[in-house]
Amino acid sequence: MAILEVKNISKSFDGLEVLKDISFDVNKGEVLAIIGPSGSGKSTLLRCINQLERADGGCVVVDGMTMFQNDENGYAVYSDKKILRDIRLKIGLVFQNFNLFPHMNVMQNVIEAPVQVLKMNKADAEEKARELLKKMSLETKEKSYPCELSGGQQQRVSIARALALSPDVLFFDEPTSALDPELTGEILKVLKSLAEEKMTMVIVTHEMEFAKNVADKVIFMDEGVIVEQGTPEEVFDNSKSERTKKFIQKF
Amino acid sequence: MSQKEILDVTKILLEYLGPTLKLFAATLVFSIPLGLIVAMLKMCKFKPISWLTSIYILIMRGTPLMLQIIAIYYAIPYLKINENLPVFLKKIVDVVDIKSPNYMFIAVVVAFSLNYAAYFAEIFRGGIEAIPKGQYEAAACLGMTKTKTFFRIILPQVVKRILPASSNEIIILVKDTSLANIIAYTEIIMKAKQQMQLYSSLTPLFIAGVFYLAMTIILTAIFSMLEKKLNYYK
Ligand SMILES: Nc1ncnc2c1ncn2[C@@H]1O[C@H](COP(=O)(O)OP(=O)(O)OP(=O)(O)O)[C@@H](O)[C@H]1O
Ligand SMILES: [Mg+2]
Repeated sequence: MAILEVKNISKSFDGLEVLKDISFDVNKGEVLAIIGPSGSGKSTLLRCINQLERADGGCVVVDGMTMFQNDENGYAVYSDKKILRDIRLKIGLVFQNFNLFPHMNVMQNVIEAPVQVLKMNKADAEEKARELLKKMSLETKEKSYPCELSGGQQQRVSIARALALSPDVLFFDEPTSALDPELTGEILKVLKSLAEEKMTMVIVTHEMEFAKNVADKVIFMDEGVIVEQGTPEEVFDNSKSERTKKFIQKF
Repeated sequence: MSQKEILDVTKILLEYLGPTLKLFAATLVFSIPLGLIVAMLKMCKFKPISWLTSIYILIMRGTPLMLQIIAIYYAIPYLKINENLPVFLKKIVDVVDIKSPNYMFIAVVVAFSLNYAAYFAEIFRGGIEAIPKGQYEAAACLGMTKTKTFFRIILPQVVKRILPASSNEIIILVKDTSLANIIAYTEIIMKAKQQMQLYSSLTPLFIAGVFYLAMTIILTAIFSMLEKKLNYYK
């Protein structure tokens, strides 16, 4: 069963149509890679699903809960606050530039939401955080502040922070684009190990090799539409569309 | 002036350090929270409120504090004798007892707080607006409420950013307290002027100057300590 259903999302910024009729599903345990040129609407799509932007029309269902759906005129109507909040806790987003809280150390960053939002007790939250930090090979950095860490380490903290809420789906918006090439590998390794643990993930990326090897499904977007979607073999090796072929050749 | 006279004058001035510090402290206590509220109102998305707040800030920063002190101090007695006052205003004005010994102090504190709130509001607004949008977005994605986001994520970072500008403003306030003597609020400068005439000497003014310098040195030390304390992150 699909844990994330996206149907016909549309979104404009002051008359400029950035997303047009976007539909796809993600099943539990699947990794979906979204590729496409700059400005094609990848970030906007992720931001709509994570409630950072309001969609104009369409429908999003997360784990059976409807975030918004069309009214009879084709405009998106959002569900009430309680449901939106529940959905928010079911999904997590990892940003390109990390967005860690600079005044909090690594441990505080990771336990902030479990303690403040889920009302977990602090000791339990810390225990869980230690486990996650260990998985991210950051066990020695608990007390460090974000400004004392490398970009790759900061990104791993932000992944741990998102995982601390045990989301059903984790979204990544170009998680390696702000990193030096030699730090990209360490993040891709983390993503790969999460994929092996059957974490459901939607990853916007420019790392074609990674998308090909790790993703179960690939979506190629251009100018606000999904040009092609399918298995990595279908999209990378047997692309039906000229636009896809051209884009992939560049890498 | 003899050494004994200097000592006497110092003692007298020291007594009037009290009213100066009282005004300073009361102004801080009221103007900082008020400034935060004014900053919020100015950032309000409902434009009329934002415009009204801008006008308030413009008037407070655009006219002399001395004039504001005089206006607020004399406004109530003036309104009391005004026959054509609307009833609701009359009721408010009647509550104020201008004969009470505290009236002068309250009027001065109101004037200072309203004035300094406008300056603090602009500092706070600058600080709040300088926090990257990503901080709000990260907090939202983690399910934090708007209130929690503001008090736990935004405000601590704002405090660090605005500390240098605020400390500047607070040091100016120490010296601005002397403006209160325009309505005969007796503080150090007023007393020093009297002593100057009494002894026909500039020394009392010099001593008063040393007092202000000492207060400034103490404040500077406190703020540089605070800045160091907040230096644990960038
Ligand atoms: N807040 C906004 N206001 C107006 N236009 C916007 C806004 N956000 C994005 N856009 C526009 O929407 C289009 C899609 O942007 P988006 O950031 O989603 O692309 P992207 O595929 O993520 O690109 P990149 O690979 O460079 O990150 C662009 O033309 C962009 O200028
Ligand atoms: Mg993007």
